[in-house]
Amino acid sequence: MEPRQESVIPASGRDYRSSSQDSMSSVTQRWTVWNCAALLCQTSARILVWLLGLLYFSSLPLGIYLLIMQNTTMGVLMVSLVPVSLLIVMVWQAVGIDGRNQIAMSGPSSGCGFLMSVVVHGDLALSEQEKELNQRLRSLYPAVNEQETPLPRSWSPKDKFSYIGLSQNNLRVHYKGHGKTPKDAASVRATHPIPAACGVYYFEVKIISKGRDGYMGIGLSAQGVNMNRLPGWDKHSYGYHGDDGHSFCSSGTGQPYGPTFTTGDVIGCCVNLINNTCFYTKNGHSLGIAFTDLPSNLYPTVGLQTPGEVVDANFGQHPFVFDIEDYMREWRTKIQAQIDRFPIGEREGEWQAMIQKMVASYLVHHSYCATAEAFAKSTDQAVHEELASIKNRQKIQKLVLSGRMGEAIETTQQLYPSLLERNSDLLFMLKVRQFIEMVNGTDSEVRCLGGRSPKSQDSYPGSPRLFNSPVHKASSSQTYQTSTYYIHKIFFLPAWVKKHLTKMILQKSGLLHQKKNFYTEVEMEVDHFSNGVSESSSNGFLNGSSTHGIDLEELDSAQSKRQLCGGSQAAIERMIQFGRELQSMSEHLRRERGKNSANKKMLKDAFSLLAYSDPWNSPVGYQLDSIQREPVCSTLNSAILETHNLPKQPPLALAVGQAAQCLSLMARTGSGSCAFASVDDYLH
Amino acid sequence: MRNDGRPIPTLEVSAAQQQIHLHTFFILQEVTATSRHYVDRLFDPDPQNVLQGVIDMKNAVIGNNKQKANLIVLGAVPRLLYLLQQSSSSLELRTECAVVLGSLAMGTENNIKSLVDCHIIPALLQGLLCSDLIFIEACLRCLRTVFISPVTPVQLLYTDPTVIPHLMSLLSRSRHTKEYITQIFAHCCKTPEHQTVLFNHSAIQNIAPLLISPSDKVRMQALKCFSVLAYENTQVSMTLVNVLVDGEQLSQVFVRMMQRDKPIEMQLTAAKCLTYMCRAGAIRTDDNCIILKTLPCLVRMCSKERLLEERVEGAETLAYLMEPDVELQRIASFTDHLVSMLADYFKYPSSVSAITDIKRLDHDLKHAHELRQAAFKLYASLGSNDEDIRKKITETENMMDRIVSGLSESSIKVRLAAVRCLHSLSRSVQQLRTSFHDHAVWKPLMKLLQNAPDEVLVMASSTLCNLLLEFSPSKEPILDSGVIELLCSLTQSDSPALRVNGIWALMNMAFQADQKVKVEIVRALGTEQLFRLLSDPDTNVLMKTLGLLRNLLSTRPHIDQIMSSHGKQIMQAVTLILEGEHSIEVKEQTLCILANIADGNTAKELIMTNDDMLQKIKYYMGHSNVKLQLAATFCISNLIWNEEDGSQERQDKLKDMGFVDILHKLTQASDPNLCDRAKTAMQQYLA
Repeated sequence: MEPRQESVIPASGRDYRSSSQDSMSSVTQRWTVWNCAALLCQTSARILVWLLGLLYFSSLPLGIYLLIMQNTTMGVLMVSLVPVSLLIVMVWQAVGIDGRNQIAMSGPSSGCGFLMSVVVHGDLALSEQEKELNQRLRSLYPAVNEQETPLPRSWSPKDKFSYIGLSQNNLRVHYKGHGKTPKDAASVRATHPIPAACGVYYFEVKIISKGRDGYMGIGLSAQGVNMNRLPGWDKHSYGYHGDDGHSFCSSGTGQPYGPTFTTGDVIGCCVNLINNTCFYTKNGHSLGIAFTDLPSNLYPTVGLQTPGEVVDANFGQHPFVFDIEDYMREWRTKIQAQIDRFPIGEREGEWQAMIQKMVASYLVHHSYCATAEAFAKSTDQAVHEELASIKNRQKIQKLVLSGRMGEAIETTQQLYPSLLERNSDLLFMLKVRQFIEMVNGTDSEVRCLGGRSPKSQDSYPGSPRLFNSPVHKASSSQTYQTSTYYIHKIFFLPAWVKKHLTKMILQKSGLLHQKKNFYTEVEMEVDHFSNGVSESSSNGFLNGSSTHGIDLEELDSAQSKRQLCGGSQAAIERMIQFGRELQSMSEHLRRERGKNSANKKMLKDAFSLLAYSDPWNSPVGYQLDSIQREPVCSTLNSAILETHNLPKQPPLALAVGQAAQCLSLMARTGSGSCAFASVDDYLH
Repeated sequence: MRNDGRPIPTLEVSAAQQQIHLHTFFILQEVTATSRHYVDRLFDPDPQNVLQGVIDMKNAVIGNNKQKANLIVLGAVPRLLYLLQQSSSSLELRTECAVVLGSLAMGTENNIKSLVDCHIIPALLQGLLCSDLIFIEACLRCLRTVFISPVTPVQLLYTDPTVIPHLMSLLSRSRHTKEYITQIFAHCCKTPEHQTVLFNHSAIQNIAPLLISPSDKVRMQALKCFSVLAYENTQVSMTLVNVLVDGEQLSQVFVRMMQRDKPIEMQLTAAKCLTYMCRAGAIRTDDNCIILKTLPCLVRMCSKERLLEERVEGAETLAYLMEPDVELQRIASFTDHLVSMLADYFKYPSSVSAITDIKRLDHDLKHAHELRQAAFKLYASLGSNDEDIRKKITETENMMDRIVSGLSESSIKVRLAAVRCLHSLSRSVQQLRTSFHDHAVWKPLMKLLQNAPDEVLVMASSTLCNLLLEFSPSKEPILDSGVIELLCSLTQSDSPALRVNGIWALMNMAFQADQKVKVEIVRALGTEQLFRLLSDPDTNVLMKTLGLLRNLLSTRPHIDQIMSSHGKQIMQAVTLILEGEHSIEVKEQTLCILANIADGNTAKELIMTNDDMLQKIKYYMGHSNVKLQLAATFCISNLIWNEEDGSQERQDKLKDMGFVDILHKLTQASDPNLCDRAKTAMQQYLA
């Protein structure tokens, strides 16, 4: 018993990683939402073009549909719209001398297709750049929560003086005033202030042209500072000017600071939000501290004053000339050294006792009972829960973690009879998981059908997936996968689609033929299946009984051989039946307790698995990963503990959570050091 | 307050010391008795007892300097060495002996001296031939401790030629052998010969893989090895750039070691390696790893946050790195406020440290000189080429005062660095005219020239050269302070650099000078010395001497006067040089002197009456080198100039000698200058 228990521990250590993955995916989502919003705000014209494009390109599928429905005339018209217009455009381009310009100016009727393709192409390049930008910003400022505090990505078309013109996705700034006196100075701020959670923030400005006199100022300013000025001249405004190389710290007179800068130079501005200082760089060389005691929430700002001045900003769109990562590394080590050397003083004993208590309660919570016992013994502590109770929880958890959900639910109902009855959402969640495990071929019900794994209460393999790798010949598994594709279509897609599909298949002779194939293939599959069983029962099971030492690498090699529900036809049927039950349970729940979007999504994601020929390598395939069992396991565990009036979460997890909360609070109150003190760094 | 405060702590210290002294006097006897016991046990006939004795001794000496000294005095070392070398003693005993010796070496410098005197090094090196790793490691640990001490002569490592190859072969045995051996190499590579020895035994190939060792200590020592190996060594540097470590270029490995989260020592040493490689020409100065990595890293090392030692090393290395490259100087001058950051180097010991903390005052005092000289060096390097940077430096707070006081400091290193700095700044015309004069830098400079070591003299006289330039307002007061005698004595120096500087300064001084000064120079120098200088083996000296002659023979009355008194000797010297094997530049300069002589009223005759000389001029007019042709034509043109007395006869004589034909030919020369000159000369005939 002992060594097996220990082997469970590292698995649960991974739930931090999985949670961070969660947050990452949500961040990307947020970004796309943000992008859409920005696009909408930027140009209403673009929406119009999009709509037109949508209509235009949807004509093709519509035409096909019409053709299927035997509405030939309209169908042919619709289908031919796209190629014909493209042909026209190509001819136009061949005839025209300066195709692009002419088309852009010509009426929308004929040029529309080409215009669209130009827009689409431009957006492709744009999205490429945007992707790079997002990636760079994420790696530079991992602690920033962009939902709360978005990062500056471009100059703001709204927050600028009228003498400023913007172009190239609001990254290029040019001067368009008279530029006669300092009264003609004009500035522009970035879209957002610099979030404190950056810790160290950096942006660069390239001087494209110094214009007439090169009176350019690069710096920072707070919201509301007059834009008819160069940065640095007013209160809460800071700048470094190109004509004299002076720094202006909220004052009309500058201090000698650095060299002058002119056309071709790249000037960087780095804000250190930990000690609230700022330094500039010129062509990748640090010029030293320019400002101290900076206020919070400053915006990147540039100001121009004479005609012809043009500058480009780089908020992370391109690699920086200055090695800002290196500077960040220095501050990260500084902050971490500060944390490591935090003085405990005379309370060292207290700290140790507290930490031991936390560790013990953590072990009990996750029911590592032998370890908990040993630990409590060696550190002289009492365990606050009965051993039997811990062992019960341990048993259930092991079932969940090994993917045997059916048994887990059964055992829970036995040991804690009222728990799942009262908590129907939990039951639903467990059942959905059971469905996923069925797809995976690991659930006990499916496994018995496969006839391979006898219900052995004592053997809990660490990586149960090894059981479901019957050795098929490549060709047969291929045909099998294509056929299962149709099964999914017919059994699990919404009713109206199902109906339509069937109709389509029946109407079109070609497709009808396919359907015939489908039946024969399923029959063939049964033959293959017996093969698979005989091979794997000798091979796979032997492997399974000695799985503890096997690591992920071997799992990966097994991946290519994975089969739906372990490859058993009976299991598939059981799974489908279970799916229907689940569907009805969901409907029942909805009727009783109203809509629950979380449940709905959970079910949808689980069913989506069947829409793919190889669910493991599909976009929703992550659900099949054994890591996904861990949240289910901990939710169930917490629910059980709650019925015993024990804390839902172990104090250790609470402390970790609190530390994370503290960091986000620091970010909100403007302490930059939170950027380099990620809790994850300390959870190895 | 401060004056009252100081003596009290010192009194306290001495009182405490006395107490300790008395105290130890009593303890000493006791200790000696127990120490005696330890030593006696080494002579026990039973080897088991001896082993136990050595182990007890090991435990007794750890961290106890007194005990170590006692044991050494009582003669434990020869016995331990005997036991260590004896092949009959057990390996365990030999190992323990090596450990005890290593422990003894950890003590004071005197301990090391006694150990070295007992020939511990050959014994331990002999021990390395044993096959047992633990014993080898113990020997190496002890050797390491001995060799890193400044009192050990490093040559001892190289006396036996088999030692280095053997150490190389031991290098990969274990983590400890790697660390100790590289540390020994890093400390014992002090001269180019040492570098060559190590290089020839493929130190680079053996040590390079250690740069990616998982152990921090090993990486650090390996890095130090490379820094000492590459220092001013082109061969090593050129090899280093082509070394790959784990598929990566060595320079990239060094760049990674300069990342800001690495230990400061590692950053600094990696920057040194790259600096040395760059100076040896193995890496270009515009390479990104120099411009964007090494230079900023070294500037960071100069910041206030670093330890004083690191700041000194950082500044010195940076000065060395950018010495020859103006672009690096420009970049450094605006990186991280370097120029004003360096001003901070002069604030030690700070007034705060003096009052609050005796220990810190001591520390500051110890490093104050080093800091100042490093700052001066860096300023000198920064300002050596760019006028704007020089201006920035002189505008730094109290800069000129600091240099002036640095010139008269007791430490030679500081004086030298201050002069270097002054010399670098003296290249600026503007500074010569303004701040140099305002601060009367010539005074301490002259004082420094009175008696100083050669290296300081070279720099100081070189600076004086600039101060004696015609437009320098300091020229007059310097002349009045009897500088001529001093410079003349410099020309008699054994060092060619000093001779050049002396004569160069005289040359500058003679440029458009008064008659009085010129006469004084000729008198003080003496024609004999002038001749000696004209036959100087150093071309630079010769050139400057000719330059001096040319400057002396400038305006017509001066020419006549000097030629009337020294004409014979000068003509002799000129003949000598024109006949000798000299470079084009030297001959050109000589012909220019002749041209100047030809410009004189009476001096002309010295040439006109010398047919041999005229033949020479004729020869050079037909020379293949345009410069020489030009100078010779100049000379002729002066001789036949119309408006002077007797020009007709000279013209006739020269016509007879065939000069007109040559001139005629030269009017068709391709070089426009020469062509013009020849035409002007021809016009003299026509007029």
